[in-house]
Order: sequence, then C-alpha cells, then structure tokens
Amino acid sequence: MTVATKPAAAADKEMLISGCAAIAQALRLADIDVVTAYPIRPYDTVMQAVAKLIANGELDAEYIVASSEHDQFEIVKHASAVGARVFCGSSGVGWMYAMEAIAVTPALRLPMVALVGNRALDDPGAFGCEHNDALCVRDLGWMLTWVDTAQEALDTALIAYRVAEDPRIFLPCAIGADGAFLTHSETIVKVPSKEKVDQFLPKYDRGDKLLHPDNPITIAPQVNEDWVMEIRKQNDEAMRRARGVIQEAFRDFHKIFGRQGGNPFVESYMADDAEVILFGQGTLSMPVKVGVRKLREQGHKVGFVRLRWLRPFPTPEVQEALGRAKAVGVVDRDYSFGSPNYGAVLYNEVRSALYDLPKRPHVISFICGLGGREVTLDSVVEMSEILLKVAKTGKVEQPNYWIGVRG
Amino acid sequence: MTGSVEVVYRGIFQKHLGQRITRGIVLAAVKEGKVGISFGRYGDSPERNGIPAKSFAVVADNEEELQAYLSRYEPSNNDVTVAVDDTLCKGVESWAWYGLQPINKLTRPGGTVLATSMQSPEELLKDCHRKDAEWSLAVIKAIPSFSGLWVYKDDHTDVRVLGAIARLAPHVVKLESVEAAIRDEWGDELKVASVRKAYERVEIRKVRPDEGNPEKPYEFQLPKWWEMKEGLVIPGIPVKQEVEGWEGGYRPGRNPTFKKFSTRTMRPVVDFEICTKCTLCWLQCPDSCFDVTPTGHYDANMEACCGCGVCEAVCPVENCITMVNEAAFADNASQFETYEKDKDAYKTWLKGKIEDKVVTYRSHGFRYRGQYEEELAQMAAGGQLHSGVQSINEEPGAGPG
Ligand code: SF4
Ligand code: SF4
Repeated sequence: MTVATKPAAAADKEMLISGCAAIAQALRLADIDVVTAYPIRPYDTVMQAVAKLIANGELDAEYIVASSEHDQFEIVKHASAVGARVFCGSSGVGWMYAMEAIAVTPALRLPMVALVGNRALDDPGAFGCEHNDALCVRDLGWMLTWVDTAQEALDTALIAYRVAEDPRIFLPCAIGADGAFLTHSETIVKVPSKEKVDQFLPKYDRGDKLLHPDNPITIAPQVNEDWVMEIRKQNDEAMRRARGVIQEAFRDFHKIFGRQGGNPFVESYMADDAEVILFGQGTLSMPVKVGVRKLREQGHKVGFVRLRWLRPFPTPEVQEALGRAKAVGVVDRDYSFGSPNYGAVLYNEVRSALYDLPKRPHVISFICGLGGREVTLDSVVEMSEILLKVAKTGKVEQPNYWIGVRG
Repeated sequence: MTGSVEVVYRGIFQKHLGQRITRGIVLAAVKEGKVGISFGRYGDSPERNGIPAKSFAVVADNEEELQAYLSRYEPSNNDVTVAVDDTLCKGVESWAWYGLQPINKLTRPGGTVLATSMQSPEELLKDCHRKDAEWSLAVIKAIPSFSGLWVYKDDHTDVRVLGAIARLAPHVVKLESVEAAIRDEWGDELKVASVRKAYERVEIRKVRPDEGNPEKPYEFQLPKWWEMKEGLVIPGIPVKQEVEGWEGGYRPGRNPTFKKFSTRTMRPVVDFEICTKCTLCWLQCPDSCFDVTPTGHYDANMEACCGCGVCEAVCPVENCITMVNEAAFADNASQFETYEKDKDAYKTWLKGKIEDKVVTYRSHGFRYRGQYEEELAQMAAGGQLHSGVQSINEEPGAGPG
C-alpha cells in the first residue's frame, strides 16, 4: 500500500538567458493567455522568446501580431477585460505610439503587465537606453518598477502579475528594463518550477467586472464633471493600497522561492553609515556598486541606494534610506528639460520626498548615461567626489551636472 | 449690481434660439456700459434631439462683480428663467445632472419664470413645481419655436423674449438698450416693434409658495467615490422586471436613474381598441418603452419615452398611435391602466387629446413658401404668431387662431 505524499516541489532550473528571455520564462510560468507583439528593439527579444516557447509547445497562449503598438495595447486591454491574463510591451517611440491605449488602461482597472525595454525616444533614432519612454506613464496610474538583473526581471514579472491582478488593486504594471545591458545580456537565471509558481500566483479573477454575456455590464462610459473626480480618487486609493499588496507579495515570494527577502522598494548598498549616497534605478547599479567599493577602500563613506518601484513611490523607505546622509546624488538616466534646477525626473521626485524631513541631505542632480552611454567607473568616482565636497563644505555650488557629456 | 438669466431650451431644435437670447442680453447690457458673459452649460448635450439644455447670460457693473460668475457652469440665483418650450415647465432633466430639476429651481426668490406658450399662466402653473419662496410666472403668447441644427427659424421669438426680460428685470437690461442692440445687430425695425409689443403684452402672475404642482420631483443622489463600482463598470439593466398583478405581462428593465419625463415634447397616445397587437411599436421603439400588458397590448411607459415618434410612424393601423404635444398632459400615468378602469372614459379622453388643436400645434420650421412673410405680417399686426406645423390635410396658411 502506498501513502500519497505531496510531491516535493521541483528544484529551480538554472538557465543561461537574457533579461527578456527571463521575462518570457516568467510568462510561461504564469501561464498567460494572450500576448500581443509588434517589433521594436530592445523589447522585441521578449516577443521572440515568447514565440519560441509557444512554438515548442511549452506555453499555450494566443499570440497576436498587431498592426502597430497602438493595436498591440488595445488588443490586450480588451482581452484583459474578458478575463485573460495578458502580456504586452514595447520600447521608446513604440510605447509612445500606443500611449492613448496605455493612458486609459488604469482607469479601466485592467491588470496588464507590460515590459518597457528602455530606449531613447527618437529623434535621433537610437537604440540605447533612456528611461523617458516608461516615465511617460509616471502620473497615469500605472505601477512602475525597474529591475537590474535577469533574475530580478523574472521574479518581478511574477510579482507584477500577483499585485496587478489583486482585486484590491487591478492596476496595470510596467516593468522597466534597460535596453542592451539587461534586455540583451545573458546570465545564469534560476527558473522556478510551475508548482511553486502556482502556489504563489492565483488565477486571474475579475469577479463582477468581467466583460462576459453572463455578466452584463457596460464599461468606460462618457461622463461629465459630476463623475470624473470620484473615478480618479478610486485610482488614487488603489495606488495607495498597492504599497501594502507589494509588501505582501514579496513576503510570500520569499517564503515560497527563498529569494527577494530584502526591502521590496529600495536596495541599500553600503548606505547605512554613508555620508554621501548615489541614488538611481536599473542597471547603473553595476558600475555604481563597483565604484562604491573602490571609494570605500580609500576610506570614503560612500553608499548606493537603488529605487525598485517608482510607482507607488516608496516615500518612507526613501526617507529612511537617504535621510541620514549629508549629500545625495540622484543619477538620472532620463531628462526633464526645464524642470526645477534643470534636474531630471528622479531628482525632483527624491528631493520632494525628502522635503518633509526635519534635517535633510543636500540633493544633487546627475544626468548620466543618456542614449545608452555607459556609466563608467570614472563617472561614478566623479559624482562621488562632487558629493563628498558638498558633504564637507555643506555648500551646493551647482545643483545639476551632466556627467560624461563631451565638452 | 449683477443680474443673470437662464434660458432652458430643447437640444437641436432650440440651440440657436437659446444662444441668441443670452447673446442679446449681453449686447444690450453693453449699451448701458455694463459687462457680461453669455455661455451654454458645458455638460449639456445641445446636439441631442429635445434634451433639455441651458444657456446663460450674466451682466454686471464691472469686471470684478462679474468674476463671481466666471469659471462656473451655472448661476444658481437667476432673475429670470426662460422656458422657450412650455413643456419644460414640467421640469428639466438634462445630460448635465441627474434627477428632475423643477423649472424654477435656479430662479431666485422673487424672480420670474418666463415661458413662450399658448397656455395661460394659470394653466401653465399646474406644470410648475412649488417653490419655497414667492416667484412669478410670465407668459408670452406664442407657439414654442422649434428649428433644426443647421437652420434657425427667425420668427422673432428671440427678440420677444428680450423685450419681456426688459420688463421683468430692468436691472438686467432696459428696453431702450435692447432696442439699441437689436438695431445694431440686425438693423430691423420690425424686430424692434416685436420687442416693444412683447414688453407691453407679457402676462405676469405672482405665485405663492403653496401654488403649483405639489409633486416632489424625482431626485437622484450622486454616489460617493467608494460607493461607485471601480473600473468604470456599470452593471447591466435586467431584461425584464415583473409587474404585480400583471400575469403574462412584463416591463422591460430600465435605467433607474435617468427618467425621460422632460426629454420629450410629444408623447404617443394609443387606441387599444383598434390595436392589432402586431408588436411593431414594441420592436421599433428605440428606448424599450412599451410594457407588455397581460392582454398582449403594448403600453408606452412615460418613464422611458423620449417622444421620438417612431411608434406612430411604424404602427400599421391608421390613427392607432398619435403623437400629442406633451403640454396636454398633467401626469405620466399608464394609459393602459386608465383604459382598463373605464374604457368609455378612456375613449373620450383620447379623442380630446388628439383634437386639442391649441396645444397640439408646434412650430417646427416653415412648411410652405411664403409662410415666413405671412407670419411677419401677423407679427406686425398682433405681435403674436399663429402658425405651426401644418397637418397633412390642411390648406397652407390655415393655422389655429
Ligand atoms: S415616441 Fe414611441 S417609439 Fe419613441 S420613445 Fe416614445 S414610445 Fe418609444
Ligand atoms: S404598432 Fe400599432 S397595432 Fe401594432 S402593436 Fe403597436 S399599437 Fe398595436
């Protein structure tokens, strides 16, 4: 007589894959229903990887090649309304071309997950990484997260579905992945088993918001000024709730997969006792960490804090991580021409978040690595030295620097 | 000192009329050295057939006084409320808000509701809801003027209303300034004469708070943000709803928050005795108005009817469905229930409604060449217009009166 026992969950499988392929693995594990594609670099590697999974019989999903990025997002928007788990993505001006569909998705509360393979906006036509494409949805009700390794890309994609599809949230989530450095580089990634993922990720259930003949509803009516503010308030509340749901999801993820045990919102690297801190998101973490170690060896108290979720913005965590430093340098791989102090997007967000602290650090803006230019070790040292000088003198001579620009 | 006037009109048919009146007020006020603003209620849908909509004019002594009325959708204490269609006295339910707004709701205490109507103030008062203050009801005798989206029927209604306003609220505009503005704008002495006649002849009746329609108007509370379904989801309306004591019959489900009492200018009356139960009216009605009665008849429910006239057009039985001016009705009672109670009385009632020429005439544009000249002559003679829609069997020019 045999006794039925719960089979031990299969071990993670290690694969040498790119950031985009890692996301494709997450899509396989999440068993998505509908994916739409329209080629643009660097996002298109994920579209190729998903096509391959379907062709190999590893994933059973509707793969729709759209006639443009706008259609791409419209199709998944509607598929999501009828209860399909969907995936979409784009890059640079492709993402911009879809903006009308992208902008309406949060108010419809459709939990679309999208990859933005970050790419400079034309013109000039360029493939390299800049964050301005994804940042265009910063204010619209999309959750927005940036990853810095292929492993984190896979893990975050699973977490994104769990958070987005939580009935308390039902908001779309965009994952920012730096073009080239992450989308196109292959590293060893731990790919978990389907059983583990099933424990973590429940089925997408739209409940009474499901567009189906058995559940007659109208969605997206035309309204007047008596209604819009309440609808915006609902989105605001969903975004506020997202904070707690993200924390829950990371806790469960850690329990089931043994990874992602740290702070879901910010990664602090040698920052606890740091006098000066560099702050940024995405793959610039790599050269900055190297630089931080080097400067530490020379006795400088330098640290690094990486932002993982831009929306919802983790105000308390950012205050906690940066509040004790004397000077903070926000490294933006984006621009916001004409903004306060001619700084860029993250700089102004961080400065605003720190404003309420009784004692706050000086904040310097560094615009760096635009158009995919490498953020070099020399650049990291240059930025750190500027900050160390500010920390020492207590004076900000110049609020904004373009680092690595010829001239 | 500020003054404001609201003009309540019917979408499409009176869009130009409403705007011409409020523009005229501002142009006249400017003649007195005042400043002013004329605007439509933005949330309205003036391009929808018959939907009640509004146009406003505010005048003030200076720009600072005017500011209190700027960046607003509607002034809430108007000196005069103009109903350019008298059926609007039953209440206003536009696209801009929900629930039935009594015609005098935004009229200030002591202010006046002015209607163009063939009814007397006494008769019209039966339609107007009561108000917690004294107010006046004024009437310019005229068939309500209707035209189209692209055309305007220049039957002097606009200038007559301006003349009456000069009488009712001289602090808003004076007669002389209205006349001067009209001379400037149109250079037409016949119009100036119409202004003066309306000024003299407008009938005014003071109304006490205990007079008028005692019915509590249908109200709708806007939900709080947490009471609304998220994701812009609106639950569907059930296909059917059972009616008590109506075995075999049913009522189609309808929007519980948007009644159409005030959208229509006409309503169908049905002769159940000659109805062949062919189902055409029920099938073709764009608003699912017809309740299916236990006897298999179709009863147009006045909570849902927008007055489009499709049922009259599709009914294959001659004189079975007739569209009648909404002004002829005091309530929204079920015709079928009235018929069931007393068939003979219903027949008499029906005949009376259909033959009531005073109210059934409506002025929907010009129907034959020369009608405009004819009407102008009438206007010059009496300051009052007599023609309207010609019935198919009538000779040209043979209007009521
Ligand atoms: S007029 Fe007739 S067809 Fe038109 S809405 Fe009313 S009942 Fe329906
Ligand atoms: S269309 Fe006329 S005859 Fe036919 S069911 Fe309606 S009322 Fe009766």
